[in-house]
Amino acid sequence: MTAQTTSTVRPWVRDAAQVATDAAGLVGSAQISNTTLRRYLFGLPGVDEVGAKGRAAQLGTRSIKTTSKAWALDTIISMIDLTTLEGADTAGKVRSLVAKARTPEPGDATCPRPAAVCVYNDMVATAVEAAKGSGIHVAAVSTAFPSGRASLAVRLADTTDAVAAGADEIDMVIDRGAFLQGDYLKVYEDIVAVREVCQSRSARPAHLKVILETGELVTFDNVRRASWLSMLAGADFIKTSTGKVQPAATLPVTVVMLEAVRDFLAATGVQVGVKPAGGIRTSKDAIKFLVAVNEVAGVRWLDPDFFRFGASTLLNDVLLQRQKLASGVYSGPDYVTID
Amino acid sequence: MSERVDVRKTYKLYVGGAFPRSESGRTYEVTSSRGAFLANAALASRKDARDAVRAARSAQPGWASATAYNRGQVLYRVAELLEGRRAQFVADVTAGEGLSAARAEAAVSAAIDRWVWYAGWADKVAQVAGNANPVAGPYFNLSSPEPTGVVGIVAPQRSSLLGLVSVLAPVIVTGNTAVVISSQQRPLPAITLGEVLATSDVPGGVVNVLTGKTAEVAPILASHMDVNALDLAGAAESDGVTWGELEALAADTVKRVRRPEADTEPTWRTDQSIGQILAFTETKTVWHPKGM
Amino acid sequence: MSAFEYAPAPESRAVVDIASSYGLFINGEFTEGSAGSLKTINPATEEALAEVAVADESDVDRAVAAARRAQEKVWGPMPGSERAKYLYRIARLLAERSREFAVLETLDNGKPIRESRDVDVPLASAYFFYYAGWADKLDHAGFGANPQPHGVVGQVIPWNFPLLMLSWKIAPALATGNTVVLKPAETTPLTALLFAELVQQAGLPAGVVNIVTGAGATGAAVVGHRDVDKVAFTGSTAVGKGIAKQIAGTRKHATLELGGKAANIVFADAPIDQAVEGIVNGIFFNQGQVCCAGSRVLVEESMHDELIDRLKARLGTLRLGDPMDKNTDIGAINSARQLQRISDLSDAGEAEGAVRWSADCAIPENGFWFPPTVFTQVSAAHRIAREEIFGPVLSVLTFRTPAEAIAKANNTPYGLSAGVWTEKGSRILWMADRLRAGVVWANTFNKFDPTSPFGGYKESGYGREGGRQGLGPYLVEGSTR
Repeated sequence: MTAQTTSTVRPWVRDAAQVATDAAGLVGSAQISNTTLRRYLFGLPGVDEVGAKGRAAQLGTRSIKTTSKAWALDTIISMIDLTTLEGADTAGKVRSLVAKARTPEPGDATCPRPAAVCVYNDMVATAVEAAKGSGIHVAAVSTAFPSGRASLAVRLADTTDAVAAGADEIDMVIDRGAFLQGDYLKVYEDIVAVREVCQSRSARPAHLKVILETGELVTFDNVRRASWLSMLAGADFIKTSTGKVQPAATLPVTVVMLEAVRDFLAATGVQVGVKPAGGIRTSKDAIKFLVAVNEVAGVRWLDPDFFRFGASTLLNDVLLQRQKLASGVYSGPDYVTID
Repeated sequence: MSERVDVRKTYKLYVGGAFPRSESGRTYEVTSSRGAFLANAALASRKDARDAVRAARSAQPGWASATAYNRGQVLYRVAELLEGRRAQFVADVTAGEGLSAARAEAAVSAAIDRWVWYAGWADKVAQVAGNANPVAGPYFNLSSPEPTGVVGIVAPQRSSLLGLVSVLAPVIVTGNTAVVISSQQRPLPAITLGEVLATSDVPGGVVNVLTGKTAEVAPILASHMDVNALDLAGAAESDGVTWGELEALAADTVKRVRRPEADTEPTWRTDQSIGQILAFTETKTVWHPKGM
Repeated sequence: MSAFEYAPAPESRAVVDIASSYGLFINGEFTEGSAGSLKTINPATEEALAEVAVADESDVDRAVAAARRAQEKVWGPMPGSERAKYLYRIARLLAERSREFAVLETLDNGKPIRESRDVDVPLASAYFFYYAGWADKLDHAGFGANPQPHGVVGQVIPWNFPLLMLSWKIAPALATGNTVVLKPAETTPLTALLFAELVQQAGLPAGVVNIVTGAGATGAAVVGHRDVDKVAFTGSTAVGKGIAKQIAGTRKHATLELGGKAANIVFADAPIDQAVEGIVNGIFFNQGQVCCAGSRVLVEESMHDELIDRLKARLGTLRLGDPMDKNTDIGAINSARQLQRISDLSDAGEAEGAVRWSADCAIPENGFWFPPTVFTQVSAAHRIAREEIFGPVLSVLTFRTPAEAIAKANNTPYGLSAGVWTEKGSRILWMADRLRAGVVWANTFNKFDPTSPFGGYKESGYGREGGRQGLGPYLVEGSTR
């Protein structure tokens, strides 16, 4: 639907009651149950896979040159959640990552900083300390990331930890098992509960990114339904993947999610963000995503508050391209820093 | 005891499953090949042609949506009924075409066999003439022949039964309906065939038979905007109109036209082919994406 | 946050050399024409591109004679396996020189480089590649053993897909052993003439392909030539009827690919985002100058308002302008004359009471342009619902039931193509059975493939191009008309 020009609501400013009211308005019942959720989700229009992929492929043929490319590269940097999610992560590694985010291009003050660093829960305090005063957010992957296969109590405790440690953003995973077996209410209630933890720090609520793990949902119909289910439950962002499952952030799946947030805005006035994560490694690919944001969701999503790239190696490729654009000659990996 | 007086048959048109007289009320005399009076046949008018096209059009969707198996059985049933009335057809053909009894028998037998041959094609033509197309993309893609719609047939002038069946059966087997202009001089077997069709399972309107002057009626069909195709087999030797003139009229609505193959009519002894069927079909190709 | 404006990304035209004048391609050589010349222009700028010779009857006679000689002496007797190799060569050469052809097509036609680059030229090569493989397998094509070519084929093609239509015509004709005399459209002759150079590069025997340029009179001379055995025409229904009349009473065979007024039927349960794309692709691909364009959207009434909202939002992202820009979606209308027709019919739509809406896009000063336009509140009686506009103009009508959709879709003298959008499989098949159209695109639109037959019912023409069926009209045994 056409994005209405009436004032849009940033999703994280809503309290739980407002989220519930918005959901009830869409579902058509204050009674959120598996039955009402199923009825609503299955009433959404289907997605034809071939057509959706065709649309994405066509968006991918846009040719972004010169001034547009310069703008796009800087915008991409400003949208990156610079990520390290390894079992081998150490405090040193995390500090180095934050340092890279603080100074992506040494000697060039015009280079924007990534929006956030994204780390495991136990690294949040380290990252927060390192990022202090930089404006760089700290995002934590919580809720027994990446599988989420733990009790709700454990997942909430995980989230509480991260919020207490100062995380600005919480990246949670949905219960894909529950979703695939049709227990939409469970997925919904999980998100509501995690959101409550995020909002518990009322002075500065953590933004909630809900990871669908589209590689496990498989079909675009599932992706569309999971997107809406997450938004109904109060997601501030919907995110494609953990990065631990293939395929991760494909352009077509992101297009389907961009359609969802666009339509959710039209239906509720609430603007939810989108974060593709995993597998976006080159500037060329990232620009395609930016084109998709521009043409599918619209310019108001060209904003780090509403679009992010979850990536670890993308930043350096963008920096190389940025150097090439400035100097006219191709750069090399020795001319960008390794965090 | 005096000889019994024959009860003669009144030959009328066959339109929409009924046997109306020409709305013009006109008839013309039909004679044997030796010149003896046989009957008065209805002299179809412009309005009769219009009515026949209307009947054919309204019967077409239903006939086309019958299953191929069903259409095959219906055509086979025509052969069965024809076999049962073979004596009458032999008599008609003998009188009209001046053939020897043996040749007339052979012609009628061939006509019966032709129905059988085409009946068998009903549920095979799409398999032989249709196909899946391996397009370069994730699409299901299937082409199959479908009926053209309403076909005007100028029936052969000489071979009044076998020739007629040879052009009619391939038209209707796929789900077309037909408006037949019978042989001008030898119309009686066509009307008798209409009687067979009327008592068979061929739905009314699928075949409509007009008798009369080819030069009067054929141009009406050729220019009629609700006729999709023409078989001009009988226009090679028709009086007063050429197939080229009819084809030119047909051009105004882009009708599919099957021209006579030569300037004289064939014997029709061996004239049966899938090409004759396909001349009155359209290839329809359906695409659909294949996705999860 | 600044908007994401795409900076100009023009394709280089340096890749192609356009001569100041072109002759006719007859018997393997470029020769003078006898009827003066015509100027072909770039419709996006109105700059003259080249002078092109005009062939008269004597030139056509030379071309047909060359084709006859080549058919009887060389091409007809040549084993299919050898003909195949020439066609494969052409396919490869087209691919090798694809950028050149794409640029030239866009300059001469006005279509976006994105389309000539991604659709027209690759498909043209693919058609040659596909039919090349048939040349030595005709015994298996379903037309009996050793099926025979007609001889000399006269082909007349339109300006909307100049090179692609050339490939649709020449590839099956040559594969089956015919030789050709082809006349490209008067406003878009250049890629056919570049193709003639490619024919020389391929080493095709002289006279197998002859290209004669000119306007309607040249086309009529090709069609009417007494020694042409078969005619293949793609173009307007009016001209097609004229050709059918011209050859009536002769022994010439014909294939006609004519106009259309396709219904693109959208049910309330359609995959809506893909349906919107399909509608856009259906009517705005190639500026709507497509015979199978989905020019009538029939939308289930309960979905009408939502569809229109979504469609308008989507049209707002279409980029109209320099066809050479890689980001252009909507290029120039091919000629002043065509633009006039589009304007006239659109004005008629408004005058008859339909509601006109056009996407808000800047129209360049020079050249021929028409913005993407949607008419709502269209009724079946309006001219814009019945006549082929051949431009970027969509008429939206509504229906209530599947049966009504079928009735409205079929309520036209045309029958080239149709679209159906619904998630319900059984309804798609039910609809596909009843749509009187040669191509039915279900949950997709405007897809083309060399293996897939294309052609119309009713006044959209007869004969098929593409696929196995596309061989038939070029073979004696496969020609039903």
